[in-house]
Amino acid sequence: MKPAPFDYVKPASLEEALELRRRHGAESAILAGGQSLVPDFNQRLRSTETVIDINGLSALSSIEESQDMISLGAISRYREIETSALVAEHAPLLKMAIPEIGSPAIRNRGTIGGSVSMADPGAELPACLCALGANFELARAGSKRMIAAQNFFTGRYETALDNDEILTRIDVPKNRVGFRSAFHEIARRKTGYAMCGVAAHGKVTHQSVQNLKMVFFGTDDTPMLAVNTISVIEGCAINDVPPAELDAALSEDLHPSDDTHGSAKLRMHYAKVLTRRVLAQFVSAHGEE
Amino acid sequence: MTTEKRLISLSVNGELQAKIVEPRMSLADFLRIELELTGTHVGCESGVCGACTVNINGQTARACTILAVQVEGDEVTTIEGASESGEFRDLQDAFHARNALQCGFCTPGMLMMSAELLTQNSKPCRQEIREYLSGNYCRCTGYEAIVDAVETVAQTRNARVGEQDD
Amino acid sequence: MTNASNDNHLFRPNSYIGRTVPRPNAKRLLNGRGNYTDDTKLPRMVHVAFLRSPYAHARINKIDKNQAIKAPGVVAVVDGHDIAEVCAPWVGVLAHLEGMKSAEQHALAIEKASWEGEPVVAIVASTRALAEDALELIKVEWDILPVVTDMEAALGEDAEIIHESLGDNLAWRRTMDAGDVGASFDHAAHIIEERYISNRHTGVCPESRSIVADFNSADDQMTIYQSTQAPHMMQSLFAKHIGLDTHKVRVICNDVGGAYGIKVHAYPDEFATVALSYMLGRPVKFVADRRESFLSDIHARDHRIDTRVAVTANGEITAFEIDDWTGVGPYSAYPRTSAMEALQVLNFTGGQYRNRNYKGRATVVYQNKTPMSQYRAVGHPIVTMITEGMVDDAARAIGMDPLEIRRRNLIADDAYPTTSASGLPFEKLSHQASLDKLEKMINYAELRKDQAAARERGVYRGIGIATFIEMTNPGVASYGVGGAPITAQDGATVRLDANGNTTVAIGVTEQGQGSETIVAQCVASALGITLDSIKVITGDTDVTPYGGGTWGSRGAGIAGEAAVQAGKALRENILEVAAIMLQTDADSLDICENNVINHRDGEVRMPLSEIGRICYFRPDTLPPDFQAELVATRHYVPRQYPFAFTNGVQGCYIEVDIETGLIAFKKYCVVEDCGRVINPQLVDEQIRGGVVQGIGGALFEECRYNDRGELLNGTMSNYLLPTMTDVPDIEVAHIETPTSESELGAKGAGEAGTGAAAAAIMNAINDALSPLGGKVTQQPFTPERILSAIGKI
Ligand SMILES: Cc1cc2nc3c(=O)[nH]c(=O)nc-3n(C[C@H](O)[C@H](O)[C@H](O)COP(=O)(O)OP(=O)(O)OC[C@H]3O[C@@H](n4cnc5c(N)ncnc54)[C@H](O)[C@@H]3O)c2cc1C
Ligand code: FES
Ligand code: FES
Repeated sequence: MKPAPFDYVKPASLEEALELRRRHGAESAILAGGQSLVPDFNQRLRSTETVIDINGLSALSSIEESQDMISLGAISRYREIETSALVAEHAPLLKMAIPEIGSPAIRNRGTIGGSVSMADPGAELPACLCALGANFELARAGSKRMIAAQNFFTGRYETALDNDEILTRIDVPKNRVGFRSAFHEIARRKTGYAMCGVAAHGKVTHQSVQNLKMVFFGTDDTPMLAVNTISVIEGCAINDVPPAELDAALSEDLHPSDDTHGSAKLRMHYAKVLTRRVLAQFVSAHGEE
Repeated sequence: MTTEKRLISLSVNGELQAKIVEPRMSLADFLRIELELTGTHVGCESGVCGACTVNINGQTARACTILAVQVEGDEVTTIEGASESGEFRDLQDAFHARNALQCGFCTPGMLMMSAELLTQNSKPCRQEIREYLSGNYCRCTGYEAIVDAVETVAQTRNARVGEQDD
Repeated sequence: MTNASNDNHLFRPNSYIGRTVPRPNAKRLLNGRGNYTDDTKLPRMVHVAFLRSPYAHARINKIDKNQAIKAPGVVAVVDGHDIAEVCAPWVGVLAHLEGMKSAEQHALAIEKASWEGEPVVAIVASTRALAEDALELIKVEWDILPVVTDMEAALGEDAEIIHESLGDNLAWRRTMDAGDVGASFDHAAHIIEERYISNRHTGVCPESRSIVADFNSADDQMTIYQSTQAPHMMQSLFAKHIGLDTHKVRVICNDVGGAYGIKVHAYPDEFATVALSYMLGRPVKFVADRRESFLSDIHARDHRIDTRVAVTANGEITAFEIDDWTGVGPYSAYPRTSAMEALQVLNFTGGQYRNRNYKGRATVVYQNKTPMSQYRAVGHPIVTMITEGMVDDAARAIGMDPLEIRRRNLIADDAYPTTSASGLPFEKLSHQASLDKLEKMINYAELRKDQAAARERGVYRGIGIATFIEMTNPGVASYGVGGAPITAQDGATVRLDANGNTTVAIGVTEQGQGSETIVAQCVASALGITLDSIKVITGDTDVTPYGGGTWGSRGAGIAGEAAVQAGKALRENILEVAAIMLQTDADSLDICENNVINHRDGEVRMPLSEIGRICYFRPDTLPPDFQAELVATRHYVPRQYPFAFTNGVQGCYIEVDIETGLIAFKKYCVVEDCGRVINPQLVDEQIRGGVVQGIGGALFEECRYNDRGELLNGTMSNYLLPTMTDVPDIEVAHIETPTSESELGAKGAGEAGTGAAAAAIMNAINDALSPLGGKVTQQPFTPERILSAIGKI
């Protein structure tokens, strides 16, 4: 299939882009890496009147460091993030997750802003950013707002972004001393979305895990912070988390459904398997020191 | 609805091109239809199969996921250009010798990806080759011959570098 | 004498037979200079897009085309009634499939649509994009009808009848009863019953189906560029249904981007494209997009089979019984029908075993899903899954090693010629030698040790063995006798040109498997010339001898033999001229490396270029009563056997992650006997590619439908194909048992890899899971099915 027709504009500045966004609103689509948007156009799953290409906005492409966070411009490409020394040092979770996204040619183009704006329930980065407690900067003509990652994702392919807004920046708090990250997913095949995955970040000592954020993807409509599971884990010695309680908590936290790649039952089972892998990784990571 | 066609100019295989295109036209269709560079194939129009892989400004990309209007001012290399420049003649020869292609539909994309892999990792193991090319589908070969061919080229290139070092 | 010297030629030391040579025609593909159908661009060419039924079963009440006709770029908007005026409908039955029935099918649906994706309206416009824009302006009023999806429910009392004229949804049924199955079951030590399921999958050609039809009304000539496996068959069909004489239709098949059986059928949208060109008098292009490929390409392998096997305490298999059900969509495919899979399941099951007691039934029903028909290794993956599943079932029941039970029951290598219980004639097969070879190759004893050690560590590994038979080189029994315009013979024309080079035209086509190379090797060897002096032409009905094209693993065995015979004939002609020129006896001469030589001492007498020069430019120097013939054509069809069976065995060693249900291959070996190996590398790559397609079916591929008959995963991202990281390296070895029916002795090799992969993998998974008491019998063997088999979910 070929896309339905649309107009194309490539603003030279963020102001111009926001003005276009204000003018065209719901009748426009932001084009970042295009790795989801253009396939959707090609299959006529989606159409729009005006495509606003934000790839010319150099202000949105930097990866910068400040006192206690690193800021990723919305059009930072997967490849840039994967190879960034800043990311490796301060947000290793992102570096762990990116090789699991698509394939190299996709990662050359796809952007972090596109990934979160797309809000695919099977996507890796939204879950990672929730686990890291990232904040997103959303801009509209004349104003800006910050929103916590956890509040940004509102449904399957749905976010808090308004039609006149552009996601401009993602702030990720720097890794603090003693904090560790773990990332695991289970996919039918290496390339493509996972059936279930988990991003975890917390303070790991030889006794326990604290300040844990454990976020599942592929199970629910949005990245799912497993609050009950976290409290089970935080409440026990790291080596001694009772499996039955863990499983019961996961069953409360997650609400998987059936799709062509796997049933709800399968995804729930995977969540349990992955949770154990995360714990095992935390235990052994701590053992290394 | 009417959409305004746009003039784009870019370099394709080292030649400057200026064409007027509809914004909705993908780079893959632009290359195939407007420039008659039919070596870039379209197998899924959704970024999945890799048959349309080209190189833009030194990086591989799926030409079906990019609009022609987006590559304004860019440098695009397709299989035709790479063949003429001879930049990966050794890969092509190795594919030929090892019969790493049957119908050939996936082949241009496989070559583009293999070439990129070898610029990033001069000594890939078989598993690394498989991972780097895993986004490119081949329905004919069973893949092993492709892995063999890429591995052979990596070894030959390294041997050559080794000789120069000596 | 002649025969001996022929043998000399084909198999002498510098012959190309048995030698790996790279494919000359692959170079242009490597340079991006292939010429696939979508690369064709003709003056005044327009593009067609189809409105396809969004429902699996719905009456078409009204089609409103008014808006669409006025849309920019639109040239024509055509519905089923319009098309029916220029393109006659067809019925996909064959006379030798007695009792088979199917309904009339039109290029565009009339009155009702019977599967999601059936073409209903065609829009022709100046670009494909504009045609698609206009599609959105068509309004169809539908009456949604009840659907038939489940194959067993299709014959139920209250099932909706898809085609009232047929009376019910039964397409075809056949039974088979050989030996005395009843007595065997009565006396068996063990009887094992099992239900095996193979789910629907499809070929997913990287290059989707594509066609450009160009009707020139001035001379009534229809030229068709088509990505197809069978140009002459398509020529006959297009001519017949459009109402043109055959010689007014030319089918040109340039490079084909994968076919695998999917492009051997006649499709409604392709008929429509040809009809549109006829109506409009200009070139019309249709290239299926990926979504419509999933909805309209032939699907395959949707079967449920209840099996029963009887085995004695000492491991003798004494009976097989099967009941095979298959749902084939709403129409039987044209012209090969949709019953061949079931026929092969019925005929081939258990065929490699000595057992003489066999009972079977095959039931083919209609349902509201995409039509099913032939896809690479037609029926064989199912045959092998159930046969080798039953044999492992029997082995497990009596606690016998899977290799041992096969040794005891396979037809012995010295028992040929013989027949199977179902009556298949076998000229000569090599099951025992193949099994012995595989055992060594895979290092069976070591693997068993490794498996036991792994189990101690809680790691579950399994060995899967699958022996197989494979039908190749089909003769007229497959289709010709049923009345289809599908020839089983093939021809080769060899021509020496004025500079001593050779052009060969053949009826088979090239889809990358190497037909052209193999034919060149055959001609070069038979004629005595070098490969670089040969050019092979395929895929043009105006140019090549009449041929069947490429299917049923027939290229090497049939076209190869025709090429050998044509090469030999030309050699005789050349030597006749040479003898006159050299004033000697033709018998004393030979051709070697493009020269005429002395047969006795190899001395070079003259180059072939000299023969060409004299014959074409200076025939006046030859005797007045002599006319040189530097073109020879020969045809070949196997007659003695209806097909040449091949055989082999696949073995794999896998590890099942019992937490995730994912599988990792640790080793994969294939021993294959395709008779004479002409080009080892090409054969091995056919096997490897075939195995990987088999792995696709075994682990990933499945067309999933909901109960409304809607395809749920018809996109490249949701229909999972095996990628590079999902498949292993595959070791391939050969036993060579040439067929004596042809001089070349080649049988086919294109489908063997696919036919047995699922069986080997299933047996390996079940071997791995056996300590856990789990077993999978439903293909694809997904993580979900594996985990539920062992009670993890
Ligand atoms: C073969 C294939 C495999 C893939 N596998 C994976 C995978 O395993 N995991 C995974 O996570 N993803 C996967 N993807 C999707 C890929 O990661 C996409 O790149 C990503 O989802 C979207 O990023 P993009 O930059 O390409 O965005 P686009 O495609 O350009 O945009 C996506 C959506 O976000 C909107 N948008 C983009 N940027 C902004 C912004 N700054 N402000 C507001 N709205 C914006 C767009 O309007 C659009 O709706 C795969 C894609 C392909 C083709
Ligand atoms: S056509 Fe672009 S990835 Fe398949
Ligand atoms: S060679 Fe046919 S798809 Fe790769």
